[in-house]
Amino acid sequence: MTAGAAGKAPALPRAARRAPLRTRLLRWSPLAPATVLLLLFLAGPIGYCVFIAFTDTQLTGQASASFVGLANFRRAFGDPAFRNAVVLTLVFTVLSSILGQNTLGLALAGLMRRASRPVRSLTGAMVITAWVLPEIVAGFLLYTFFERRGTLNAVLDWLHLPTQNWLFTLPVMAVSFANVWRGTAFSMLIYSAALSAIPPEVTESAEVDGAGGLRRLWHITLPMIRRSIGTNLMLNTLQTLSVFGLIWAMTRGGPGNRSQTLPVFMYDQAFLKSLIGYGTAVALLLLLVGAVFSVVYLRLMREEV
Amino acid sequence: MRPTAPLILLAVAVVAAGTLTACGSGSGDDRNTVKVAFIKDTNAKVTVRDDYIRLVAREFEKDNPGKKVRLIPIQASENDYYTKIQQMMRSPRTAPDLVYEDTFLVNSDIKAGLLRPLDAHVNAWDDWRQFEPAAKAAARGQDGKTYGVPDGTDTRGLWFNKKIFRKAGLPATWRPKTWDEVLDAARTVKRRVPGVIPLNVFTGKGAGEAAVMQGFEMLLYGTGENQLYDPASRKWVTGTKGFKDSLGFLDTVYKEKLGPDVSDALSPNIQTNVAAELLPEEKLAIDLDGSWLGQQWQKTGGGNPWPAWSTTLGQTPFPTQHGRPPGRVSLAGGWTWSVPQESQQPDLAWKLIQTFQSRKNALEWCVRGAQIAVRKDVAADPRYLRSVPGIGFFTSLVKISQYRPALPEYPKVAAAIGEAMEAVTAGDASPEKAAKDYDAALATAVDGRTVAKP
Repeated sequence: MTAGAAGKAPALPRAARRAPLRTRLLRWSPLAPATVLLLLFLAGPIGYCVFIAFTDTQLTGQASASFVGLANFRRAFGDPAFRNAVVLTLVFTVLSSILGQNTLGLALAGLMRRASRPVRSLTGAMVITAWVLPEIVAGFLLYTFFERRGTLNAVLDWLHLPTQNWLFTLPVMAVSFANVWRGTAFSMLIYSAALSAIPPEVTESAEVDGAGGLRRLWHITLPMIRRSIGTNLMLNTLQTLSVFGLIWAMTRGGPGNRSQTLPVFMYDQAFLKSLIGYGTAVALLLLLVGAVFSVVYLRLMREEV
Repeated sequence: MRPTAPLILLAVAVVAAGTLTACGSGSGDDRNTVKVAFIKDTNAKVTVRDDYIRLVAREFEKDNPGKKVRLIPIQASENDYYTKIQQMMRSPRTAPDLVYEDTFLVNSDIKAGLLRPLDAHVNAWDDWRQFEPAAKAAARGQDGKTYGVPDGTDTRGLWFNKKIFRKAGLPATWRPKTWDEVLDAARTVKRRVPGVIPLNVFTGKGAGEAAVMQGFEMLLYGTGENQLYDPASRKWVTGTKGFKDSLGFLDTVYKEKLGPDVSDALSPNIQTNVAAELLPEEKLAIDLDGSWLGQQWQKTGGGNPWPAWSTTLGQTPFPTQHGRPPGRVSLAGGWTWSVPQESQQPDLAWKLIQTFQSRKNALEWCVRGAQIAVRKDVAADPRYLRSVPGIGFFTSLVKISQYRPALPEYPKVAAAIGEAMEAVTAGDASPEKAAKDYDAALATAVDGRTVAKP
């Protein structure tokens, strides 16, 4: 390609043509291994996934797969179980990520700035321990908390309040709470960093002007950390959309389909019903949901500022 | 001082500790090693199968100097186990050389090209003549070739607690003739022995194929002939009254609170709970379950030694819906040792199968695992007949036992049945609605090869 280009442009002096190319190659060469690895291990599997989504590949029970065009996607939109999973995914994401982790993380970060050092360290350590625990371990912990003979019911029983099997009666609430419990630390860290970056003079002068706590929060703090809010919301949402182990350990998407979010639905179709092609198509649709959320957040972050 | 710094340091330290200790385990691809994948009980205390396999592996290594057996125990619920081995078998780099397969998956895995035919081996093997024809058929593909050597079979019936029955005024020689008599006994227990779960029937998606086979099909097969698959037309059956009635039975059990709490019944741990807690702690009066339950309570490897079980529990056949002849119903299944297509050591794997199913080891497994023998010589052995109380009863069910339609689509059909059961048990759908949804799901699962029956 470069040879052809060189042949067509004889007017330019040789050195002038060669130098930029060599520089370009030199500049690019340290990145080459990384690029190759990325293509191989990231773009490769993603491309393969996209391909599989258009076939009827199965895990077992099938001699060879064939190309089926958009059949998997048509099937998804006609499948009440899929629509149910989309709704539950949105509920789960809004409850646990946008309302739960995000708000609670901001509140904790704000409160911890005022707290004494021991309280700060203790709270921080606790919240972060929940975050660092592997997803599946957190899932089992929360399972034993919500289960019929679990901790929550023991406490309620002790207070003479009615008990119930939370995983059965309120499965989406239970898994959402679990996700908040597990993921709040991330928001807290982001917001701690953002809050400490606000110059104290700004807050002080607002205080001198007589602005109350709520006014300061609304007019000073939130606008000043809006970029962090956007970043945090985006990362949180993407992470929450793909939560699988937590829900699988706690409810397996049940009872019935009442906590079957998209990742659980996808696993159910791809591995339990062995419809790998269909499951992969659902995965692509999940990717699309994530992309929509990301675009919305990016727009929010870009405006004014 | 920024408040985040110590927090981040802490996080990094904990993450590092987590990842660094979970160090990888490298494995050399040894020509002299045969890899064996099998299911490990979700109750870690139950090591019956692990112990037996280890025993055979040691014998194999002693008889074949220089050869090694690498065990790959997979601790998972049954459905997760199937998924795992299917994935492993797809690639030569991960495929085990020998795999423990449930016979209901054999045809599905054959069609997917995951298993190797063993005809040349079994035909040259003297012991093969000892195997019961029905057991041989369980591991035969639709192409007529043999893809596995079965290591036992199982049957199903009602287990009941005689002590609870005495308290409820029910006879210790209980022999229900119809579904209604089963339900009546459960209602009597509920009335007279409070605090005890009257009747357990596995249901829903949590228990996986166990719910479909021990629960649903035990009911369905007692409602009429060929209610699931019609061999004459080679089509799957929709719209039967028997299907709705079977769901109706479950509906009654769980609506009248004759069964375990619905949330427990639908939990993936229900099988472990029944065997490890509810039955030994005498909190369950009647259990519709398999012949192998006794293995859980063996003195060695049983996890929950319970010597009194043989006198406390009675067994009786599960009746047909209205007492239609032969008056009792049972399903038989079983597992086989199979060699994956991608196995790197198929000949060594075959040698290991022979060791597993030598007369001595087959007897050992039937005794330890409360299995029903598939070898005639083992079935006649006095040690086998004395091994587990009730073995005679369950062995007697073999001749009336029916088999699941072991076709490639069956696992998907079973998944659809599990969903219908779950919907009814959770109260999300009436039996009629769930049966209708099943018909639709079935049509998709078998590509429209269905036939409607009244």
